[in-house]
Amino acid sequence: MHGYRYIEGTATLQVDLQRCVACGLCAEVCPHRIFALSAEGLEVKDYDLCMECGACARNCPVQAITVSPGVGCAAALLAPLVNRLLGRKVLSGCC
Amino acid sequence: MPQVATAASFRDFCGTVGARIGIIRRKYKVAPGIYAVGTPGSESPVLVTANYKLSFDALRLQLCGVDAWLLVLDTRGINVWCAAGKGTLSTEEVIRSVEHSRLALVVSHRELVLPQLAATGVTAQDVKRGCGFQVFFGPIRAADIPTYLQQGNQCNETMREVTFTLPERAVLIPVELFLLAKPLLITLALMFVLSGIGPSLFSLNAALHRGLTLLTATLLGIFGGAVLTPLLLPWLPCRQFWIKGVLAGLAAAVISWLLPAARYSLPEQLALFLWMITLSSYLAMNFTGSTPFTSPSGVEYEMRRGIPVQIAATCLTIVLWVGSPFF
Repeated sequence: MHGYRYIEGTATLQVDLQRCVACGLCAEVCPHRIFALSAEGLEVKDYDLCMECGACARNCPVQAITVSPGVGCAAALLAPLVNRLLGRKVLSGCC
Repeated sequence: MPQVATAASFRDFCGTVGARIGIIRRKYKVAPGIYAVGTPGSESPVLVTANYKLSFDALRLQLCGVDAWLLVLDTRGINVWCAAGKGTLSTEEVIRSVEHSRLALVVSHRELVLPQLAATGVTAQDVKRGCGFQVFFGPIRAADIPTYLQQGNQCNETMREVTFTLPERAVLIPVELFLLAKPLLITLALMFVLSGIGPSLFSLNAALHRGLTLLTATLLGIFGGAVLTPLLLPWLPCRQFWIKGVLAGLAAAVISWLLPAARYSLPEQLALFLWMITLSSYLAMNFTGSTPFTSPSGVEYEMRRGIPVQIAATCLTIVLWVGSPFF
């Protein structure tokens, strides 16, 4: 995604290349195109472009990918605290 | 089988505007199930989508001249990517929908085309195992569907990459502002009370005059964080959104210096300045939720740094603003 980079070194994406069977499904579903598949196998081009959406890990047939998935949203991360303060169960208003 | 049009009506237009502003966003849904586009037969492709009306429209309005079935999942009126992230657009929901709609009796093939972004919530192999249908992850944008189908379920590289262009960012601004209306009203009451406190305990005159100035500063802070930040996002320096917001807030603060705010005392000017920047910083940090490239780990990283600064700056603002009549 040209013109956008987020904070370096924070993404939790890990790929076990020993386990990888090079099926290419992760490369297909990644919305930031960080995987490349060649004759030598799978390559992760840029870990820092990962937004931890979890699509690759969910679709990996051999569980070679681990990532702590979630929505990168400050309001969502604050929601448990805000809900506790206001005595609510769910965050209202947001997506 | 309900037939859907591939052209937008005036009513669709009004609905889109209402959803984009935020007024009807939470209840802008269509009934889940199978719909026909064009004159589909048993060999026609099945396109899967969410039951948020904007998602449904985004898809059907691109299907002029295409014969296909639409399988609309029950995502509780949430768009594809958010629903996939939150678990309402899931493997189980796809299987349930296929079975509940008796899709196997409608088509002779066993293939589903899902939007690529649904992959966050759907495991293709498990759908196949659960209901016998093979999942193809199609393009991200509905506009690419006709080309995708023509190419025999093949995507070009550009169809698979998310974008965040100026129009895509600008369209998010109305909802950002709409969601602020309620907290703004609560803050407004508090601001007028704080503005009235003075040596004579409470002055209604000061509450109105200073309160109005504080309201102006608040609106400028909102302008910085919820309007300038989305518009200028790729050009604002720094990776962390709370810092981007500080910079956008500074830009908004400069505008206010051209306004009569400059005739206030130095502590008051400082308070107004701090408040605009802090508010802008906080709102910019919240904008992470609307972008397609921020990771939760990254957002947590910057919140640990940004929130303490924002809280400290807010406390200082209150001290300066409430204290200035006593100085």
